[in-house]
Amino acid sequence: MTLPQPPMSLLAELTHRCPLACPYCSNPLDLERKAAELDTAGWRRVLEQAAEMGVLQVHFSGGEPMARPDLVELVTLARKLNLYTNLITSGVLLDANKLEALDKAGLDHIQLSFQDVTEEGAERIGGLKGAQERKLKAARLIQASGIPMTLNFVVHRENVARIPQMFELARELKAGRVEIAHTQYYGWGLKNRDVLLPSREQLEESTRAVEAERAKGGLAIDYVTPDYHADRPKPCMGGWGQRFVNISPSGRVLPCHAAEIIPNMTFPNVRDESLAEIWNNSRLFNMFRGTEWMPEACRSCDRREIDWGGCRCQALALTGDAANMDPVCGRSPFHHIVEEAVEHTEAKNFVYRRF
Amino acid sequence: MSVTEDTVLSFARGHRLQQDRVRDLWLVQAPEKAFIIEGAAPHILGLVDGERTVGSVIETLTEQFSAPREVISADVLALLSDLTEKGVLRA
Repeated sequence: MTLPQPPMSLLAELTHRCPLACPYCSNPLDLERKAAELDTAGWRRVLEQAAEMGVLQVHFSGGEPMARPDLVELVTLARKLNLYTNLITSGVLLDANKLEALDKAGLDHIQLSFQDVTEEGAERIGGLKGAQERKLKAARLIQASGIPMTLNFVVHRENVARIPQMFELARELKAGRVEIAHTQYYGWGLKNRDVLLPSREQLEESTRAVEAERAKGGLAIDYVTPDYHADRPKPCMGGWGQRFVNISPSGRVLPCHAAEIIPNMTFPNVRDESLAEIWNNSRLFNMFRGTEWMPEACRSCDRREIDWGGCRCQALALTGDAANMDPVCGRSPFHHIVEEAVEHTEAKNFVYRRF
Repeated sequence: MSVTEDTVLSFARGHRLQQDRVRDLWLVQAPEKAFIIEGAAPHILGLVDGERTVGSVIETLTEQFSAPREVISADVLALLSDLTEKGVLRA
């Protein structure tokens, strides 16, 4: 048996702790406690093993990764291992001293999240008073430091109309890149889907706003659409176990951050085995790797190595079986599920992620 | 800006040249992406150090590869102009 290609990037979810309570958080519904988190030595081992395997970029994320006091030490080590270091942060814990320490550690890039451009909208989503002001302050500190910065906006029904103002803010804060990412409907997002999912008209308007901004030039834009309105699935994670590896705060190794919903699975952990052993040999990573596992309609489809059968976690969440066709695909017998969801919206309250 | 033989270039912050020993290739690491570079590009970019002029990069490569200067010069200027335009390099 030939070994799979090693992963290109590692998402290191250092902690699930976070001062914000966004109702679309990508963390699982079942959050891991501080006491369960890997210690510094554990994360150091992960970084060493990742670099040796051929990982190129490490994304320090969470929760809020700045809640970990060893963040600077881990960034320093990652740089020493020649890994490209990216910090994915809400910015609310950032101050001049911490930024200087990260800068000295060689941090390559910061992705700073904003929940909205208005204080009211941002606080309604993040649930933290004063967060917008702290984020703006963080953005100005980062800009002054010269560390390249991407602003990340997760968009949904309530803020999608303000995309042009999001670009204005990015230009004002001199961010080189902006990510406009429609909410993805897993975990918390799925729980709040009826309140968050935009209409088709809203989606089309958001796409026009992005295209208009791209035409102006001078700003790199990443645009992620919600796949509920599509009829071809997204190539989730570039294929299961092909390019991307996620490590949870407690050391669980996952093909994507939503994969912990897979039932009857003992999740491999870096406390028990090496990252390479898990990537190459574990049942979890081999379960949906390649095209062998696919239902007949996917296996015989000429897009099988383009979208890799779409998203397993979405198939599981919406149909009850991760091996089913992704309901987003127009050829899936479950496509009616997403079509009905798009029609069904409700004015109800958010279920906040509090931790 | 246009790149000439007098320009001194360096990698913009957040971008760097890296050899990937596992996959046996060269790449440029950039914010939230990495792209593979091939052919003469790794040799050219390996000389981008914030000190040499583009002209000196061309001289060095002309000696190393014993190829006509005008051939090397065209390749070097095309690559470096493109990457400067893209924000990977800066003067």
